[in-house]
Amino acid sequence: MALAFDEYGRPFIILREQEQKTRLRGLEAQKANIAAGKAVARILRTSLGPKGMDKMLQSPDGDVIITNDGATILEQMDVDNQIAKLMVELSRSQDYEIGDGTTGVVVLAGALLEQAEKLLERGIHPIRVAEGYEMASRIAVEHMEKISHKFEFSVTDTEPLVRTCSTTLSSKIVSRQKRELAAIAVNAVLAVADLERKDVNLDLIKVEGKVGGKLEDTELIHGIIVDKDMSHPQMPKQIKDAKIAILTCPFEPPKPKTKHKVDIDTVEKFQTLRHQEQKYFDDMVQKCKDVGATLVICQWGFDDEANHLLMHRNLPAVRWVGGVELELIAIATGGRIVPRFQELTPEKLGKAGLVREKSFGTTKERMLYIERCANSKAVTIFIRGGNKMMVEETKRSVHDALCVARNLIRNNSIVYGGGSAEIACSIAVEAAADRYPGVEQYAIRAFAEALDYVPMALAENSGLQPIDTLTAVKAQQIKEKNPHCGIDCNDVGTTDMREQNVFETLIGKQQQILLATQVVKMILKIDDVITPSEF
Amino acid sequence: MAIERLLKDDATEEKGERARMASFIGAMAIADLVKTTLGPKGMDKILQSTGRGRSVTVTNDGATILKSLHIDNPAAKVLVDISKVQDDEVGDGTTSVVVLAGELLREAEKLINVKIHPMTIIAGYRMAAECARDALSKRAMNNKDDQEKYRADLLKIATTTLCSKILAQDKEHFATLAVDAVLRLKGSTNLESIQIIKKPGGSLSDSFLDEGFILDKKIGIGQPKRIENAKILVANTAMDTDKVKIYGARVRVDSMAKVAQIEAAEKEKMREKVQKIVAHGINCFVNRQLIYNFPEELFAEAGVLAIEHADFDGIERLALVTGGEIASTFDNPDSVKLGQCKCIEEIMIGEDKLIHFSGVAMGQACTIVLRGASSHVLDEAERSLHDALCVLSQTVNDSRVIYGGGWPEMVMTREVDELARQTPGKKSHAIEAFSRALRVIPTTIADNAGLDSAELVSRLRAAHHQSDSTAGIDVISGDVGDMDKLGISEAFKVKQAVLLSATEAAEMILRVDEIISCAPRKREDRM
Repeated sequence: MALAFDEYGRPFIILREQEQKTRLRGLEAQKANIAAGKAVARILRTSLGPKGMDKMLQSPDGDVIITNDGATILEQMDVDNQIAKLMVELSRSQDYEIGDGTTGVVVLAGALLEQAEKLLERGIHPIRVAEGYEMASRIAVEHMEKISHKFEFSVTDTEPLVRTCSTTLSSKIVSRQKRELAAIAVNAVLAVADLERKDVNLDLIKVEGKVGGKLEDTELIHGIIVDKDMSHPQMPKQIKDAKIAILTCPFEPPKPKTKHKVDIDTVEKFQTLRHQEQKYFDDMVQKCKDVGATLVICQWGFDDEANHLLMHRNLPAVRWVGGVELELIAIATGGRIVPRFQELTPEKLGKAGLVREKSFGTTKERMLYIERCANSKAVTIFIRGGNKMMVEETKRSVHDALCVARNLIRNNSIVYGGGSAEIACSIAVEAAADRYPGVEQYAIRAFAEALDYVPMALAENSGLQPIDTLTAVKAQQIKEKNPHCGIDCNDVGTTDMREQNVFETLIGKQQQILLATQVVKMILKIDDVITPSEF
Repeated sequence: MAIERLLKDDATEEKGERARMASFIGAMAIADLVKTTLGPKGMDKILQSTGRGRSVTVTNDGATILKSLHIDNPAAKVLVDISKVQDDEVGDGTTSVVVLAGELLREAEKLINVKIHPMTIIAGYRMAAECARDALSKRAMNNKDDQEKYRADLLKIATTTLCSKILAQDKEHFATLAVDAVLRLKGSTNLESIQIIKKPGGSLSDSFLDEGFILDKKIGIGQPKRIENAKILVANTAMDTDKVKIYGARVRVDSMAKVAQIEAAEKEKMREKVQKIVAHGINCFVNRQLIYNFPEELFAEAGVLAIEHADFDGIERLALVTGGEIASTFDNPDSVKLGQCKCIEEIMIGEDKLIHFSGVAMGQACTIVLRGASSHVLDEAERSLHDALCVLSQTVNDSRVIYGGGWPEMVMTREVDELARQTPGKKSHAIEAFSRALRVIPTTIADNAGLDSAELVSRLRAAHHQSDSTAGIDVISGDVGDMDKLGISEAFKVKQAVLLSATEAAEMILRVDEIISCAPRKREDRM
């Protein structure tokens, strides 16, 4: 009960202690928080690495998702605990920033929390622990910079990029096709990348999936796929050298925004109105024809009559195309989105070498391919797979691979994977710890130990003896002064990750350490948890 | 100390062994459920819906059964999903794919119990699947160039597909129907142009394929019942009152006389429209929308046959069949392509009158009229026929053919066993398990037929030990038979899809080590 006394010595209650309200404070609160954070990390721990397992998630509506992408797992979990929510946020921010390593960051944060718990039990003040972690993270990040490599690649030599993307994909269910998918991802990113500015706009890469077929059928299309078909069944299914009019106005008589009434009181008026209406349709089609369009893509629907007129005038059309797709089409074909028929000019038309309709399987699903566009800076990755969950998971995996490729273009430094970077940092932090006087030294050492958790989890998931393997690798690193030794997850026979071609991006790894440290610091600073009663 | 709740109320979390067990049990339960429908002597299931009317479906189509189940187990949902995809992609093999995936998981469970890591099993399964596919594609036959043989192949495939269904009695009849229908498509997989009309009455063997097109509609009153050398205009236009589409238009008048005038104008407008249509020089007009009495009368006067309310599919098909275009405006009679056919007449099937278009220009489309004792029989017959049509249309594109009756499984088993022997390490156990799972399919076919499966499958295996054997299970005589002579064939594409999707699904479920189920969404909250 939180009591205070006023100037007359009468007690009054600040916070009402009630049955329904739970309150934890002091060490108790910290421990509860740490326990929650650890619980989240434990869930993800088994998903780490190439031999990591997947999680099956059932949403409130009964849909099933199978994934081993950390961010997706946490997003879909119905988490109620506040601290657990922080961990979810952590994984999400890694996803937004880097796109990969979402599992690793949570596992690291969990390890840091576990170490902190031990220190708290020894009576070290949480703030000191937090400060120690901060120093240690700085050391680790600097050291990582030191052991990193510049990775030289050019548009013609994409091999390094493909290898890095394969590392990302090797932990996913698509690992069977990792090489092919990595190549697709790299080609997609290079197609849209601005190598001068070292920037990639991932919005220009559309990842479209369709259930059916095999994973091997996944392809990169230099163009756009739209999940629509021609508005009239008898329009041509293939158009060469298409000139595309991209419209956001419906093929209908105009509807003024202001309320109005057209009163018909005589037969003449009735007839003029009728002619007017026919003229509208004729004009609209004529305008498209006049500017030389051979394909109309429209955001809205058409009237039956307009549809037939288009068909009749040999002007294929696609209706109900979504706004985002419309934009992509405009970018890809170099056209302009035209909001009014009056503003249609030949310069505003988009150009594409080939537009074709393709049907799939036994159902009547059709898709429209727009290929060989004027501006090739918009590509589509078209994913096929045996079932819905497979396609969804492949989409997520490809997204990760795309992010990795983008990060490499932004900053071409890499570190070696397989836990080697963590082990190297751990050694560096451990060595640095001795130079710091004061309680922080303990915290820094604890940080070094927490870093060991990631390779340990990797070894455990691969069915190796975690402690044996880790100590062996660590000893090897110090003895050979080779920071590229890691866990041999795939049983290749060598621990040198350079030979195994396991790479990760430097920024990804650094971000992991920084983000995890930040969140742990935040959690450690909490000493009072007040949960209001259910309402 | 105990953690506070991590997840929301009612959300459940299952880990490690328990999660794996839950998914295995779920998947196997589903596989066992449909197992008894496999093969020519497979049994049917009755499905009763929970909706109003408690409608009943009798079927042995795996995809249909699974689609109608209410399943809570997430792993089971994966299997339902692969069966659905199999249905969409190739149309047949929906039961096999689920049974195979279930068996792969059953074998995996045994391996996990002897402490083999799931990832090792997956690696083994992948190798085995790859090897099995190669083995199958090596033995697949392709007769695309030889028209005679090609047709015979298609017939065999259709017969094999149909023999496990309700149509088994008249399988030759229906196989011929299906093959004829698909060959008319000339390589397109668009099954929409094959129309299936179901009419209760008669027996299944009264079903027939009609080369023309049958529209389940009536001819307007007072119009000719038979037209030869018809010129058809297929249209999608309003023939009730042609509304003014300009927004906000309304009629406001101040006297009765004016109302009459406007009404007359409206009529005049309609008359004009009809005249324009008639000016196309047609003698048959088919509209997707309603035709009111007034224009109908006008058509009758002009001696034009008018058919109203043909649904969208009907219109599209008719346009396809007769080679006309679907018109909505009628100002340029010269450039509108009209559909043509030799003869339009009203025919009777059972008690219903239908309109029959024969001698159509484009031979692509055709109609299959199914007759049968009850609507359940007809529904099931339609599903079966649809399966056969799907398989055939896929075979037209990929004309590789393999034998049926457990032959492909035995061929694959042989190669996979060989691979297991050559592979060092724990993976070989998984590869062996894969071949055991494959053998379950012939075993189940034999079991369902009430045969001694252990005896038969072992004899089959011995027969397959010699290379190039064509032995399979002959369920009719209950013995090992020569599939080539019996004419039991399957499409390569179907088997390949079964193999790959089943492996993919099993792999997916095997990789799971934790199941988190969110609380079911309550109706009232967050809507």
